[in-house]
Amino acid sequence: MSSSRLSCKRTKRGCPTSPLFGQVLAPASSRRCDLTARELPRNAKTCRTIVGRVPREAQRNKKPDIRLDIRLQDFQARLKTYTRHRITIRSLTALLLLLTALSGSQAQDNADSVLTSDLETSLAPAALPPAPVTELKAFDSKNDHGHSVTLNWRLSPDDGAGKNIVFAYEVYRWVPFFMDSLKSVREKLSQTESAIAELEVFEPPAKHLLNMHREGKPGKGFADSVKFYEDTLAASKRLLPEYRQQVDRLRDERDEGIDRIPSAHTSYPSEGEWRKVGTVVAGESRFENVGVKDKESADYLADNTPYYYRVDAVTVNPAVRSQSDVVGPVRSSGQWFNTGRVPVFVAVMVFGFLTVYFITRAKRGIDLYVRPLAGIDAVDDAIGRATEMGKPILYVLGLGTAADIATIASFTILGRVARRVAEYQTQLIVPCYDPIVMTVAQETVKAGFSDAGRPEAYNEDIVYFVTQSQFAYVAAVNGVMLRQLPATNVYMGRFYAESLILAETGALAGSIQIAGTDEIAQIPFFIVACDFTLIGEELYAASAYLGREPLLLGSLKAQDYAKAAVIALATAGIVAANLDWTWFTTLFRVSR
Amino acid sequence: MRRQIPLALVMIFGIFMIFQYFVPHESSEWVYEFLLDWIYIIGIFALALGIWSLIRVSVEKIHSRKSGWGYPIITLAGLFLMILFGFIGRRDGVWGLYFMTAEGLSNPMFRHFFDYILIPIQSTMFALLAFFIASAAYRAFRARNILASLLLIAALIVMLRFNPYMGPIGPYVADTASWLLNVPNLAAKRAIIIGIGLGIVATALKVILGIERGYMGKG
Repeated sequence: MSSSRLSCKRTKRGCPTSPLFGQVLAPASSRRCDLTARELPRNAKTCRTIVGRVPREAQRNKKPDIRLDIRLQDFQARLKTYTRHRITIRSLTALLLLLTALSGSQAQDNADSVLTSDLETSLAPAALPPAPVTELKAFDSKNDHGHSVTLNWRLSPDDGAGKNIVFAYEVYRWVPFFMDSLKSVREKLSQTESAIAELEVFEPPAKHLLNMHREGKPGKGFADSVKFYEDTLAASKRLLPEYRQQVDRLRDERDEGIDRIPSAHTSYPSEGEWRKVGTVVAGESRFENVGVKDKESADYLADNTPYYYRVDAVTVNPAVRSQSDVVGPVRSSGQWFNTGRVPVFVAVMVFGFLTVYFITRAKRGIDLYVRPLAGIDAVDDAIGRATEMGKPILYVLGLGTAADIATIASFTILGRVARRVAEYQTQLIVPCYDPIVMTVAQETVKAGFSDAGRPEAYNEDIVYFVTQSQFAYVAAVNGVMLRQLPATNVYMGRFYAESLILAETGALAGSIQIAGTDEIAQIPFFIVACDFTLIGEELYAASAYLGREPLLLGSLKAQDYAKAAVIALATAGIVAANLDWTWFTTLFRVSR
Repeated sequence: MRRQIPLALVMIFGIFMIFQYFVPHESSEWVYEFLLDWIYIIGIFALALGIWSLIRVSVEKIHSRKSGWGYPIITLAGLFLMILFGFIGRRDGVWGLYFMTAEGLSNPMFRHFFDYILIPIQSTMFALLAFFIASAAYRAFRARNILASLLLIAALIVMLRFNPYMGPIGPYVADTASWLLNVPNLAAKRAIIIGIGLGIVATALKVILGIERGYMGKG
């Protein structure tokens, strides 16, 4: 076999058509993929599929041959190659047969027969099917809304071992023929609805055009089409009511059909057939048959319906396969509690308890220390500066929506700023990106002015909407900065790519700038370009810090204790991971 | 009553949203999606308010001849022209007003205004970021003290990592840069993220319990 040893030029790639797919022999020195004829894919020249890179450590290793276990990363790529391989085998066989038929000389015949014999040996499908999968189990997928069944099995003994000929596993579900009639009803319904939509769209402009024509104002080239429009409108008038009735009838039929799905499945094994619902690559022993919950969809997988499954182990030649035992009936259903989120639930409960506990303590009058926040302390000074300079204060709420916590925290700071502005009789400008944020900000500023005892000073133009286009908004705010030269710019909320453009323009305009955001990527920009920056959680702490209300301070204290707990648990996690205490680390695992 | 009803609504829906996260059942999802639909509905009404606000402020600026009063004219002209072009379309060779269909989106003037004015202007604004990054980096990297010097050195290493002409020291620079990004930088980022997470939960709890009322104009 050494004479037929071939090299694959794609040294860092594994070839999925190899019987040893998933494994590549990679000599470290040459960094080449060197496979024997048996190991090399039969269509080696067309071998393309990427399955992974050779790790750097392996490349550096001085050993002559390293068997690398490369995981398949792209399932689609493998399926594509699988299909291509089948086509290549057929094409090559056909070509060889043609060559054999055309060849005249005996010598050529002999050569061809040798070649054909060699290739047939390599191209011929495995004569014996692989051993089937065993211990096939099907159960309702956990922690979901239903409409999903999970299967797992023990791999075929010929997958990665034994004859090593398993290429993939095909999962089949038994489907009653009734589902075909339901499918045809769905298709008819969809077609009829499309037809109605087309006629409805056609009608108004067609009528308009005909009216114009009757008034002697035909559109260019329209005169030739008058008959067509008239006929279509007449047909539309006749057909639309009929189609609408048909849609109502089909909808009823579809709904009745959907209700009948569970009972139709009880006829197993008669009046139905096995249909493929998915494929997984060799080496995988799990499949999730996920449907959708939308009853109108063709992919709807009804809950509480008895489903039957089987799994086929298939070789490169799809005709050579083995079937597993049938498993079922299995029913899918939705769960009322996601057990995969228990750690989050516990954390929320503990944190909620801590918050309530410290709020209660704060209510009793126990003094709670909060470290100074320079950014918030600077707000009052900045407002004073603006008053002295006779220039306005620009308050930017960012690009967040009213549902973002950063924006909610920003409203609180805006309320405080508005109160001070009203007291000092300074001008405030609040350009908004989101219309809902604008309406809430208007209420906040109005309340701030009222609290300061100057409701008459409130002007609806203080808070205004600009646009919902990111850079158009930036252009508008920058224009305000450069034209009105505010003494102070306050940026509080959620910011994205515009943060630095805003902050740098403000710096160029010579304004004092205070920023606060929970967008990690934007914090460095604000730190560089602004005079004071509230980093992350400081933005949320600002309301408590400003108000000094015990209720708000209590929640801050709870946050501090929670942070201490996180530090302690992270340290314990490091220790546990190093000591291989998996029971400890799995306690914190959150799924879906 | 004006304050209590909104507070009660916030509490009810806030608590529902907390528990919804732990309930994957279809009925829970249905209520969740129903509530999310309300956000869109409210958003559409709020957009009308927003456009009205923009028109009012612009008209006021033009009327009172405030500084830069010419810009609102362009704003209003752009607003109304795009709305107008968006409704004028051509079907079967005939121009008309189409309020219910999408002919207006293929109106050449609508497309041209969008493709050749709005998009280039927005791209220009975004491109300015490159220059602002340079000026901000210059300010940040001035070695005024030890911390600023450390920042400068770290930034230089990370920047040099992408230099293709580093010769034999290239791998060492790349390893150091990767370490800087993956160890001290990531550690600090994670600390901030944990703080933000806790802050979000605490603020959400305060909003649900009615302690934080800044969003109602009561700071």
